[in-house]
Amino acid sequence: MTVSRWSSALAIAALAAGPYAAYAAGDQVVIGDIDDMSGVYADVEGAGGVETINMAIADFGGSVLGRKITVLSADHQNKPDIGASKFREWSDQQGLNLLLGGSNTGVNIAMAKVAAAKKVPFIVIGAGGASLTNEDCTAYSVHYVYDTTALANGTATAMINAGGKSWFYLTADYAFGTQLQNAAAKVVETHAGKNLGAVRVPLGAADFSSFLLQAQASGAQVLGLANAGTDFSNSLKAANEFGITRTMKPAALLAFLTDIHSLGLKTAQGLYLTTGWYWDLNDETRAFAKRFFAKMNRQPTMDHAGAYSATLTYLKAVKAAGTTDADKVMAQLKKDKINDMFTKGGYIRADGTMIHDMYVMQVKTPQEAKYPWDYYKLIRKMSGEEAFGPVTGLCPLAPK
Amino acid sequence: MSTVLGIPVPVILGQLTLGLVNGSFYALLSLGLAVIFGLMGVVNFAHGAFYTLGAFAALLGLQYLGINYWLALLIAPLAVGLLGVLVERLLLRHLYGLDPLYGLLLTFGLALIVEGSLHQVFGASGQSYPVPEALAGAVNLHFMFLPLYRAWVILASVVVCFSTWFVIERTRLGATLRAATENAPLLQAFGVNVPLLVALTYGGGVALAALAGVLASPVVLVNSHMGNELVIVVFAVVVIGGMGSILGSIVSGLVLGLIEGLTKVVYPEASNIVVFVIMALVLILRPAGLFGRE
Repeated sequence: MTVSRWSSALAIAALAAGPYAAYAAGDQVVIGDIDDMSGVYADVEGAGGVETINMAIADFGGSVLGRKITVLSADHQNKPDIGASKFREWSDQQGLNLLLGGSNTGVNIAMAKVAAAKKVPFIVIGAGGASLTNEDCTAYSVHYVYDTTALANGTATAMINAGGKSWFYLTADYAFGTQLQNAAAKVVETHAGKNLGAVRVPLGAADFSSFLLQAQASGAQVLGLANAGTDFSNSLKAANEFGITRTMKPAALLAFLTDIHSLGLKTAQGLYLTTGWYWDLNDETRAFAKRFFAKMNRQPTMDHAGAYSATLTYLKAVKAAGTTDADKVMAQLKKDKINDMFTKGGYIRADGTMIHDMYVMQVKTPQEAKYPWDYYKLIRKMSGEEAFGPVTGLCPLAPK
Repeated sequence: MSTVLGIPVPVILGQLTLGLVNGSFYALLSLGLAVIFGLMGVVNFAHGAFYTLGAFAALLGLQYLGINYWLALLIAPLAVGLLGVLVERLLLRHLYGLDPLYGLLLTFGLALIVEGSLHQVFGASGQSYPVPEALAGAVNLHFMFLPLYRAWVILASVVVCFSTWFVIERTRLGATLRAATENAPLLQAFGVNVPLLVALTYGGGVALAALAGVLASPVVLVNSHMGNELVIVVFAVVVIGGMGSILGSIVSGLVLGLIEGLTKVVYPEASNIVVFVIMALVLILRPAGLFGRE
């Protein structure tokens, strides 16, 4: 248990109990956001995610079907039980209509089970585990921004094409890490590459050097970093310090803009990574980024843009369906094409995966970057079908 | 290649070296805790927050005042130590004579405030502090490349730890300090300013935490939660060494770093709990800790 999370839990409990209880369920549309607000993933989405949900609601006009739209948010502290019980509480007591799930696959798997039991639409934003639309899929789940399959298809393929045939993985020891590693290993195998092994590292480890030396001893060409957030940044930093990047090429299987910002281009340059969105893609994304920057004083990540887009998509579906009835809204969601600054022609597949273009990027060198936050150059745009792959048949909603 | 238990010897040597680096941080941090507990009876839960403050002091000093690493090693612990003195004078001193639980709660609250504020201002993802140029390279130990900076951490920690031990256990100043905990009124009768001594002790313990923070800043990203995971481990180290035992905290810090290093080779998944398993065993077999007095 970490001290800062206690405080936020208490603060949020106090907030959640207060003002909202005054509203009777039914005369408003309630959107909830449960995310890591204080831990290692807090900057990836966190408070910025709540901001973009509010931006989307404001852009939509603040109400739908004549009902006011309100937002609830809570910190899951990266603990599945907290996420699930908060979701259940909101559903029972606050008349929750939609839940947006933030970072952490483990927590989101627990929340998906609540979504199925309570019949509440649940859109996963920040978590990556592809199991959410496979073995852990539900009729109410949507996986919106990216998943481990798309990350592996993007980054692992790019690394192999650049000559990295043998891999060793540094894996975060929980659902997300293993899923990401397995997805990458599969891509490596299909391209006749070799998986030489992996070391599982506890989440939030203080020191990565020991694990990195094991990776180096494997003699692999590629260091697959199947972790995220501060863990990713700290492991890459140590890999540089110990000279491991001279013999192995690091592959960022999941890196966010905030991670690259923390590390600086000097350390991160040359990295391949895959992202669902980037602030500097076109005029529309730049316009969104400018609004976000004015409020948060940093550029948005793909999760921030995804939370905005998902909120809008849900509200449009409610308007089109003329109801907040969960089954009717889900049917509407799976019918409509999504066209906004996040995606063009995106659609939600039967298993819940939102199919949209993904971008393979390379981190710029300090010389290439021309202005603040000018971090990525586009290597390849993948179509949604290529990135997310065909349905696997593991989700009963989408037989093969 | 020779092996032990199926693990190549160079790998074991590498992990032991890294274990020593981590152990150095444990030793420095647990030393500060042991000094504060041993001489004042205060369970300083804010220790991790002071460690974080030390790292932020170095980072902000570099960004805004151009204070380089070597100066930061001196200035950051002094500044944070001064803050510690203020905390002792304004808050902690009112709690002496009450149940130690009150001191624990106060320092726990302080830690929440410090970490919450840093999180609010600087976010969660952290910032990089550059490795000082003089220590940028690496040495080839034949079984591994050891970055010079990590070697420096071991050296600095060992020197600081043993000088602290020497001052407290072997000098007149140390004797006075220890006398202040044994019988403060009597010492005061000899004309010693005991309250000042106590405030400086707390400041000194806190400065050690800040020094560890400065030493850590080029190694990890400087962020608001860097201290709160570490402090739990360090508390376990102090319990294993024996609450309040100076030498115990230093030795068990280094040794537990080594054990943790070995665990990372044998069974990496357990590396973040091995210290607590040992703590449980020590509490069962020798409740006062390995170096503690019953």
